[in-house]
Amino acid sequence: MVNIMRIEIRFAGFGGQGIIKSGIITAAAACLYSQKNAVQTQSYGPESRGGACKSEVVISEEEIDFPKVVEPDVLVVMSQHAYNEYVERVKQGGTIIMDPNMIPHEKELQNVNVFHVPATKIAEEMQRKIVANIVMLGAFVAITGILDKDAVKESIKANIPKGTEELNLHAFEKGFEYAKNLLKS
Amino acid sequence: MSKKGVLLTGAHFMNGDIACAEGAIVAGCRFFAGYPITPATEIAEHLSERMPEIGRIYIQMEDEIASIAAVIGASYAGLKAMTATSGPGFSLMQENIGLAIMTETPCVIVDIMRGGPSTGQPTMPGQQDVMQARWGSHGDYEIIALAPSSVQEMFDLTIDAFNLAETYRVPTLLLADEIVAHMWEKIVIPTAEKIRIVNRKKPNVSPEEYLPFMPDDLVPPMACFGEGYRFHATGLTHDEHGYPKTSSSEVQERLVKRLCEKIRRNEDKIMRVEEVMLDDADVVVVAYGIVARAALSAVRKAREMGIKAGLLRLITLWPFPQNHVAKIAGSAKRIIVPEMNCGQLVREVERAAKETSVVFLSKLGEEPHTPMEILEAIRRNS
Repeated sequence: MVNIMRIEIRFAGFGGQGIIKSGIITAAAACLYSQKNAVQTQSYGPESRGGACKSEVVISEEEIDFPKVVEPDVLVVMSQHAYNEYVERVKQGGTIIMDPNMIPHEKELQNVNVFHVPATKIAEEMQRKIVANIVMLGAFVAITGILDKDAVKESIKANIPKGTEELNLHAFEKGFEYAKNLLKS
Repeated sequence: MSKKGVLLTGAHFMNGDIACAEGAIVAGCRFFAGYPITPATEIAEHLSERMPEIGRIYIQMEDEIASIAAVIGASYAGLKAMTATSGPGFSLMQENIGLAIMTETPCVIVDIMRGGPSTGQPTMPGQQDVMQARWGSHGDYEIIALAPSSVQEMFDLTIDAFNLAETYRVPTLLLADEIVAHMWEKIVIPTAEKIRIVNRKKPNVSPEEYLPFMPDDLVPPMACFGEGYRFHATGLTHDEHGYPKTSSSEVQERLVKRLCEKIRRNEDKIMRVEEVMLDDADVVVVAYGIVARAALSAVRKAREMGIKAGLLRLITLWPFPQNHVAKIAGSAKRIIVPEMNCGQLVREVERAAKETSVVFLSKLGEEPHTPMEILEAIRRNS
């Protein structure tokens, strides 16, 4: 069977939130630090800040022919616009991880598992709103279990500006712990 | 002194643009001139750091016309040279691409195709420059264009593009789309002994005996300015000395036909395709670039359903692999051509397929054809 192991993940928000970076870190974690196949593709507008933005990752044990996401297993979403655009395209039984403070208007959804992770607020409490995407990534790793935590931490270190390792790994742990508590409750 | 070195052997996770830049470095590119444009900017950005650190030249020019002009000059001075652009910049380069063809200048031009015409959709993919790549400059000529489908091929085919440019003294195009250029994927950079590098043929006569445009097996050996060989290069029709001969029908016929023949007679050595499950295929998808990845997925799904489908993936777009298409047209019932344009390479496929019917699938905008869309076309036509 082809594609039996194929997992599709979509990160979405607006330009400047680190959406594309989240996808690259995730795909690199799968590919270089977990010995799986992975590919990241992206879509953004000509405006580098504020425009709609998505970053897609396909992870598979097998060779990946088509690299784009068709029907995501997981949607990680950080803006109202992206939520409206993509929330109804998640696979039946799939997972939605959303930042509720960025998405005031939520829809009634069936057959999906929805997790609220206030990543932007958590990042603001750390005095560094810029790491909200990494908080979200920590939550994503805890909730989905698709990737090994240490592999993602290695990938974060390899894909962020030098000197920000401590800040980013701290943000990752914050998101991871928040989601662990969510899962317990 | 080199900080990171020339050849980064090993596994990496990078995007297509960066892989292209690293491929150029490995191929021996010593000079890059360009003007940043989405979605090719990362090539320039990456080379602006890498070229100086390994003692090579990176110049950001004032525009794309100047960029290709600088590349031609650098190549004539003996350096392997490259530029990278997208649709609007590629349009500006067309006149000087003709000069590179006429002066038989080895060089590599990367065109990352975005949505056109005009400035179109800068961040979206397209396959709309395929005919411009072939016919964009005026006059008769042959050109080489390669179409990568993966980040690995962005690296590999950039090296091939330099090798072909050096072998045939012709501008060679890497014609990629925005998705392949911006996609992040694992690539493996091989060890030096596994990489084939070709350098231009040099004259084996003294400067006094050298005729710069006297072909040796259709391609003239190339001395470089500054090596003691005095010669003249011009966009005007020229004789074997390189001097203009604007009134001689015979010289025009001899020169222009040779510019075409040096590619046409070597088509078999230049053309590359990937054939997937073609032996017993009733329906064959002919595709290239990112669309070929959707087509491969569709063909595999069709086979699971018991449909005899196959894929002919074109790696060389120009010269067009017409013999490969003619061969499948002899055994398949239908050919399906999905492209991210309004119908470009499909016309070449129709020409080569003769009596076999060809179905065209157009797609424009953000997303390529999905595997399901191509699978549906395979089912309808099986």
